[in-house]
Amino acid sequence: MSADEMDIGRRRFLTATTAVIGGIGAACAAFPFLASWAPSVKARALGAPVDVDISKIELGQKITVAWRGQPIFIVHRTPQELDSLALVTNELRDPLSKESVQPKYADNVYRSIKPDLLVLIGICTHLGCVPLYKPEVGSVQPGWEGGFFCPCHGSKYDMAGRVYKDVPAPLNLVVPPYQYLNETVLRIGDDTPPGAA
Amino acid sequence: MQILNPLLNWIDARFPLTTLWNEHLAKYYAPKNFNFWYYFGSLALFVLANQIITGIWLTMSYTPNAEGAFDSIEYIMREVPWGWLLRYLHSTGASFFFIVIYLHMFRGVLYGSYKKPRELIWLVGMLIFLCLMAEAFFGYLLPWGNMSFWGAQVITSLFGAIPFVGDALVEWIRGDYNVTGITLNRFFALHVIAVPLIFVGLVIAHIMALHEVGSNNPDGIEIKAMKDEQGIPLDGIPFHPYYTVKDLMGLAAFLILFCAVIFFIPDMGGLFLEHPNFSPADPLKTPPHIAPAWYMTPYYAILRAIPNKLAGVLALALSIAVWFFLPWLDRSPVKSIRYRGWLYKTALFVFVISFLLLGYLGLSPTSPALVLITRIAATLYFLFFLLMPIYTTLDKVKPVPTRVSGS
Ligand code: HEM
Ligand code: FES
Repeated sequence: MSADEMDIGRRRFLTATTAVIGGIGAACAAFPFLASWAPSVKARALGAPVDVDISKIELGQKITVAWRGQPIFIVHRTPQELDSLALVTNELRDPLSKESVQPKYADNVYRSIKPDLLVLIGICTHLGCVPLYKPEVGSVQPGWEGGFFCPCHGSKYDMAGRVYKDVPAPLNLVVPPYQYLNETVLRIGDDTPPGAA
Repeated sequence: MQILNPLLNWIDARFPLTTLWNEHLAKYYAPKNFNFWYYFGSLALFVLANQIITGIWLTMSYTPNAEGAFDSIEYIMREVPWGWLLRYLHSTGASFFFIVIYLHMFRGVLYGSYKKPRELIWLVGMLIFLCLMAEAFFGYLLPWGNMSFWGAQVITSLFGAIPFVGDALVEWIRGDYNVTGITLNRFFALHVIAVPLIFVGLVIAHIMALHEVGSNNPDGIEIKAMKDEQGIPLDGIPFHPYYTVKDLMGLAAFLILFCAVIFFIPDMGGLFLEHPNFSPADPLKTPPHIAPAWYMTPYYAILRAIPNKLAGVLALALSIAVWFFLPWLDRSPVKSIRYRGWLYKTALFVFVISFLLLGYLGLSPTSPALVLITRIAATLYFLFFLLMPIYTTLDKVKPVPTRVSGS
């Protein structure tokens, strides 16, 4: 067949459609490989809620428990520490936690259900280090009112996990979903009342 | 040899063996004025082979899961015959890989080897550099020490800075809500098979591109411009035997240094193997001072200098990405530093100082004074690239001879 007998338009059309269909096929074939990287059923099951006995936490004390492999801070705040929250508001990046992540019931000045008991995911919102608990006044810098200090790049948070200005962390520490099962037991990772589901 | 000729003929009729040998060694004409800086290409090949071979042997005794990884490293160190040597060859080898590659890249900068017509050698080289960083990062998690864990935690968190999809992306990369054994498993797969395959492919492409255009040299003169009647560059000598022998001599010197470190200070006092990594991963406790391995610290210092998450991550990415643009940022009519003027020499000097300073600062704990110095050094780092089109245009260059020096 010589060139002038050749149907160029038809050839182009066939090449283009084959390429498109083949491309779609390749994309579909790639999907399981990419989706396979998501957390497995087992990983999700291990992310189940944990129950914590809070009756032994002294006033001013902090305990750390693990949920989903992440450190959860539970802090029993003193009245002075609660009062300190109002003192630092001007130095905070997001004092009202408008941009930050917390369940609705913790979206208040104390960022908690009961004012004295603070529950936070202990992971710096900058690049994921575990901030140190620095409750003593003046322990991080002069005028420090108590809070958390991240050793990795120096982010600072107050006693409600709210981030200071001029540090690399963009947001307040995250409050995980949690609820009181009774006066002494806290359930972390689940806030639907038992039996409600 | 005579009796092997029929065999060689038989092979050559079926596979281009002699052609390959000639094209890449016996009849590959390289400039005759190669100096010290030209050792590092073949040394990089050697270190790559060392990483692959010791890596295969380590895999034979290593356990890639969260329960067993840390103990299996101790097992290799104490109970596997010669296991300590294999491990140090690999871990110290990783640091030497970066030393060799940084010197190799610096040679490219000194002699303008990235300039036309060698842009693709440079770009493929940069892809290799990315692969090398990925390979080092994945490998660093495998001992499952506490620094491994927190290094992976911080670096994977970098992706969380991407607007909207960031958090989902981080979870997808880790395969869990946090860095866990699942992350370790996939990093193992990437470290031992996926990245090395790409790596080797890129190295082959790198050398094919080099041999297509021919090597640059310390004078930055194109030797192919002056050829004899047979079409052989006047300033060229066959790579084999001249440079194979020269490179073997470089290898011998390198091995003396490399072995001295392996036998006497394999952890380089905490620089090549960091001390917190001698205790197992603890997801609830960040080491009091965390710093990445020394070869990443300049970029890490840049990240740390910026008090905003997204801007910091962007600056980090940019500090590596700018290298890709070097061939187009440099407007100088000459290649080699030998014929450039004081403007370029000053810029390069300031850049080298700020790069080393950033590397040092990235290793140290921060303080407000150091943050200020880091910001100045980071600014100078970027200015070297951003102002390059200007100062290389203004620079007063010397005339370039037609033949390489020593002819
Ligand atoms: C595993 C990593 C690498 C290997 C095995 C490797 C290997 C080589 C070899 C054998 C040569 C020729 C010998 C020499 O000129 O020294 C070469 C040349 C070159 N390489 Fe690499 N290389 C690697 C990484 C890189 C990187 C990361 C860059 C830069 C981004 C780079 C840029 C260049 C350039 C520009 C040349 C040409 C130099 C000239 O002709 O003056 N290479 N490489
Ligand atoms: S991870 Fe906390 S400041 Fe960077």
